[in-house]
Amino acid sequence: MNPADPQWLRSLHRRAFLSRAGLGLGGIALSSLLAQSGAARADEGLAPPSPQALPGLPHHAPKAKRVVFLYMAGGPSQFETFDHKPKLRELDGQPMPASVTEGQPIAQLQGQDLRILGPQFRFRPRGDSGLEVSDIMPATAEIADKICVIKSLHTDQINHDPAHTVMNTGTSISGRPSLGSWVTYGLGSDAENLPGFVVMTSQGGRNPQPISSRQWSAAGLPGRFQGVEFYSRGEPIHYVRSPQGVTAAQQRRLVDGIQALNAIRMEEVPDPEIATRIAQYELAFRMQTSVPELADFSDEPQTVLDEYGVNELDGSFAANCLMARRLLERGVRFVQLYHRGWDHHGDLVPYMEVCSRLCDGPGATLVKDLERRGLLKDTLVVWGGEFGRTPMFQGKGSQPGRDHHMAAFSMWLAGGGVRGGMSYGETDELGYHAAVDPVHVHDLHATLLHLLGIDHRRLTIKLQGLDWRLTGVEPSRVVEEILA
Amino acid sequence: MPASSLRNRPQGPALSRRLVSCVPWRWGLLLATIVILGNAAGSALAQETESGVDYQREVRPLLSDRCLACHGPDANTREADLRLDVNQDWAERGAIVPESLDESDVWFRITTNDPDLRMPPSETGKGLSDSEIDLLRRWIVSGAETEAHWAYQPLARPAIPSDFDERLGPIDRFVRDAQRQRGLSSAPPADDYALLRRVTLDLTGLPPEPAAVEAYLADPRDDKYERWVDGLLDSPSYGERMASYWFDLVRFADTVGYHGDQDHPIAPYRDWVIHAFNEDMPFDQFSTWQLAGDLVDPDNPHALIATGYLRVLQTSHEGGIQRGEYLAKYSADRVRNFGEVWLGSTLGCAECHDHKYDPFTQDDFYSIAAFFADVDDSGTFTGTNTLPTRREPEIEVRSPLDEERLTRLRQEAESLTTALAGPSPTESSNAPDANVDEAQARAAWESRLTVIEAEIDRLEQRRFRTMVARAVEPRDIRVLARGNWMDDTGPIASPHVPRSLGRLESNEDRRLSRADLATWLFTENQALTSRVLVNRLWARFLGRGLADNLGDYGAQGSAPTHPELLEWLAADLIEHDWRLKPWIRQVVLSETYRQSSTPDASRDAADPGLRWLTRQRRPRLEAEVIRDQALATARLLVDEPGGASCRPYQPAGYYVHLNFPPRAYYADQGPGQYRRGVYVHWQRQFLHPMLRAFDAPMREECTAQRSVSNTPSQALTLLNDPTFVEAARVAAGRELVAAGATEEQATEQQVEQALESLWRKLLVRPPHPREKQVLLELYHDFLTNEQLDSPELAELLSVGQVHDEPHPPLREWLAFTMVARAILNLDEAVTRP
Repeated sequence: MNPADPQWLRSLHRRAFLSRAGLGLGGIALSSLLAQSGAARADEGLAPPSPQALPGLPHHAPKAKRVVFLYMAGGPSQFETFDHKPKLRELDGQPMPASVTEGQPIAQLQGQDLRILGPQFRFRPRGDSGLEVSDIMPATAEIADKICVIKSLHTDQINHDPAHTVMNTGTSISGRPSLGSWVTYGLGSDAENLPGFVVMTSQGGRNPQPISSRQWSAAGLPGRFQGVEFYSRGEPIHYVRSPQGVTAAQQRRLVDGIQALNAIRMEEVPDPEIATRIAQYELAFRMQTSVPELADFSDEPQTVLDEYGVNELDGSFAANCLMARRLLERGVRFVQLYHRGWDHHGDLVPYMEVCSRLCDGPGATLVKDLERRGLLKDTLVVWGGEFGRTPMFQGKGSQPGRDHHMAAFSMWLAGGGVRGGMSYGETDELGYHAAVDPVHVHDLHATLLHLLGIDHRRLTIKLQGLDWRLTGVEPSRVVEEILA
Repeated sequence: MPASSLRNRPQGPALSRRLVSCVPWRWGLLLATIVILGNAAGSALAQETESGVDYQREVRPLLSDRCLACHGPDANTREADLRLDVNQDWAERGAIVPESLDESDVWFRITTNDPDLRMPPSETGKGLSDSEIDLLRRWIVSGAETEAHWAYQPLARPAIPSDFDERLGPIDRFVRDAQRQRGLSSAPPADDYALLRRVTLDLTGLPPEPAAVEAYLADPRDDKYERWVDGLLDSPSYGERMASYWFDLVRFADTVGYHGDQDHPIAPYRDWVIHAFNEDMPFDQFSTWQLAGDLVDPDNPHALIATGYLRVLQTSHEGGIQRGEYLAKYSADRVRNFGEVWLGSTLGCAECHDHKYDPFTQDDFYSIAAFFADVDDSGTFTGTNTLPTRREPEIEVRSPLDEERLTRLRQEAESLTTALAGPSPTESSNAPDANVDEAQARAAWESRLTVIEAEIDRLEQRRFRTMVARAVEPRDIRVLARGNWMDDTGPIASPHVPRSLGRLESNEDRRLSRADLATWLFTENQALTSRVLVNRLWARFLGRGLADNLGDYGAQGSAPTHPELLEWLAADLIEHDWRLKPWIRQVVLSETYRQSSTPDASRDAADPGLRWLTRQRRPRLEAEVIRDQALATARLLVDEPGGASCRPYQPAGYYVHLNFPPRAYYADQGPGQYRRGVYVHWQRQFLHPMLRAFDAPMREECTAQRSVSNTPSQALTLLNDPTFVEAARVAAGRELVAAGATEEQATEQQVEQALESLWRKLLVRPPHPREKQVLLELYHDFLTNEQLDSPELAELLSVGQVHDEPHPPLREWLAFTMVARAILNLDEAVTRP
């Protein structure tokens, strides 16, 4: 179907005009006209609502088709979760050897005495694999055989805002596309009436660190690849509800009028952009129905609601996990769930308990739920924050805490193409540096893209005169050892 | 980058020459011959255009993109000591021997079938296509001529093509000359409606008034278009329109950007930029004040306010940040922005290594940074979690736009006072009617005077804090190995401009300053500044630059389609003493600007991408214009220039992720709600969703070219954002009342009249009968179709703050609101004609 073809215009026009015959007919006719023809999708002028993969992509057979990134913002402590360091317990309260910390960037502990803080929770081997997980993450411990913990991650930035930017865009300089944007840009999305990249942020827990929309920006890529934020309260997506008092039928009638006028205009001004706009208005109208449906959990069995521990989309991480599953089922390519309670400069124990209560169960439930539905095999689940925490004590509350740490931290991956029940990489005995098999954030990105069928060296855009890529200019590697 | 992975492979001309001159020589030659024969098979046409190799436009960009990462300016990653960006005695080394493919190693290496020798290496993914190889073949065969990169050459003032009709100005002659060479021609002129809407939106960001359009159509004078343009250039809306683009470049925003993203005090800088455009301040002074106002004119408040430029970068006072690290970040940010704004150059990569494509070294990067080493940044580290935060040094000043208004208001007050003090005409007249008129006029004057005096009082009293630059003892700027701020072993850099672009005299007694940097930008042999600016301005009016890439004028950018025109325009701006208004005037008066934008399949096919300007473009309007235009159409737009930024309706909870402090958003109640988009509060981390949906940048970094998307979010915004819903409902009510509707009745005739009037306020042209028919059907459907009826629909009329009395009958008002919404949502409404 050629949007500039007068035949097509005439049919569009005539059908839109049928709306005079009665409510909605025009709408149905027009939307079916736009949707029925597969050719409409492929046509340049009628930009497909869900952008398809770039030519040549995937570069190789993908193991994962979609991603859910459980983003534990603030920097969860690896020493209280996955990186068991008995030596720290042994040396608890002792000065940190200056040889370790000299010349190292330090955040809030600048100029203070650096003393060692032992692990605050007990670690045990879990499952058949014996993967060590602490007692504060009981539900995650139950899925130990499904997850791969990387203990040797490291990053470039020691403060939240720039470290988030590195984790999401590969650099601390603003204005680069985020991981989710890269993935939807490269692979497109199978979601019919939804954006390909969705972001949600949960409420609850301690006074949270801010998070910027820069973290899901498409900067440098076309705007349609930017992460779209879904909200728990108010409108799920900005402006997705008709104005107050306006029913779907009334809005449909209005859109029919707009479409008819745009079609008339296109006869005089045959610009394919007008055809694209006609298609986008159809998609927008469909989203007005599909998005609220998605946010309504009443079609979920009670057993599922109980397992997640939610009744409705209430702003909790648990509800967002269930929402993530619903999004992934509908073909959304990349879902990112932020929970922002993990910055524990003090009161580590009570705050970890809060975080565990809010996040541990739902995250593990999501993994199990995906598996039950046959989705885990090609869905990549990623859990972790922008950096980790120091092996050193920080005393910002009534109980011990830990400062930001960029030289080593832990994350876990599960699902699509990743080996379960294993850990990868080691820190030194004081947990300061990634000592064995270090994995830079760029290596993590290279690995995630690899699992999705993308060669990180070949997915590039022109930016600042460079062929910019997510993994930057320095060499980085796919962590082959964790691939299933 | 590929460089590291290439180290282990046989490399370079030396080796390849050895191969060529030993046994594989014949083999290599044979291969080369085969390729040539292969191309020759279908190359009759290529033969004909043999001479048409354009080094600047075709060869240089190709070499840059495929070769320079390893064979370019960066000495550290250069392979085989071969550069392809400059002719390094290529012929002597046998790399490229003009007119001789056989002797040119480069030819051998790009055509050999040996994967170990073939260039570019396959793992770079930068392979050459057959046509690209053929281009290089033709280039070598025709003599492998090179030229210095176009953007760095001294400015030439090319001869204006002469054999054209006298009335054609230089711009049109250059454009037509290029068209004529290609057998192309310009489109017919746009009709008056399209032209007036185009030029008014372009110069003021607002639609023209229908009454003014009518007067224009009836005006018999030959120079009516010139007069129209002059009126626009004189309008205060011109500055508001032009400033938006400058704000994208200098990444102006109301908030600090990092972490807590608190508000910072900067509104007077915004107002000064608008004021400077309105005054048509020469661009050299405009630039110098921003870069060094505190040094060149320290007693002038405006020059100080202008240095806010040096302070609007992203800053942070997140807990636990390290001073040294953040000083390095700010320093690099300033160099990047300076390079992009004034030099159109991407200096960012030289923070860690020599530029891969352009002649900028890592030393250059830190030498520029050293110019800014005296800017006092200490106050950024002691910021407070308050709104606004503190970012000393700050000064408290009157907004330059308030000054502008005060001058106007005082003049008006004076003339009113004089008029009121004058002898009453009634004393010499006995006519009773005149008495009444006189009394009425006096009352009106008096009341106007009261209003003006109150406004003068208000403006005289209000002051705003604004961040400024204050020079302190320059801190040491070291060349940071790989950009690592913790490495203090590098040499200390002195202020200097990029050495490939110029040399400045300095000695130990006198360190070069920001003022020297600004002066250098406008010296005669530094032509980059004017080229960058005029190309960007051209794109504002023609939809695209003569050089397509507005952000990068280096090797990875794009050479201009009309190099002579660009040169002429750049020189012309300088001849106008860097004043923009006369320069812009001649652009919008040109026939090239005034031609139709209507696509024509056969003509467009002959000029794909409209590179030869065979018609105008139809760019989508920018976010701010889409907002302003809707408000103007509804007569809601409030002309309140300057001062604190304004806050339109925004979805509840949008700022929920901000903290330190937590952010509540209170939409402006009253006039603030309806101010122009340029004054909307620019929250870097969470830019207003309407602005974002229509591609306004977050302004963290320089944006020379906004992306233009066409998305469902835009449809949802125009359909459902309360700003647009209110505009539609208010416009609908006002138009019906203006057409004579009462609270009891709106006749068919009144509805048609209102429809026509509303349409023309937004789209300028009158609606066609078919368009009217569609809208009237929409209207009547809502009036009569039971399925479109619901009692709740009346709630639509309560969206927003403005509630007019009298208003039309509710049912008719609702139905006509749907008509207004439809018009505001049209593709035509968001597209420049």
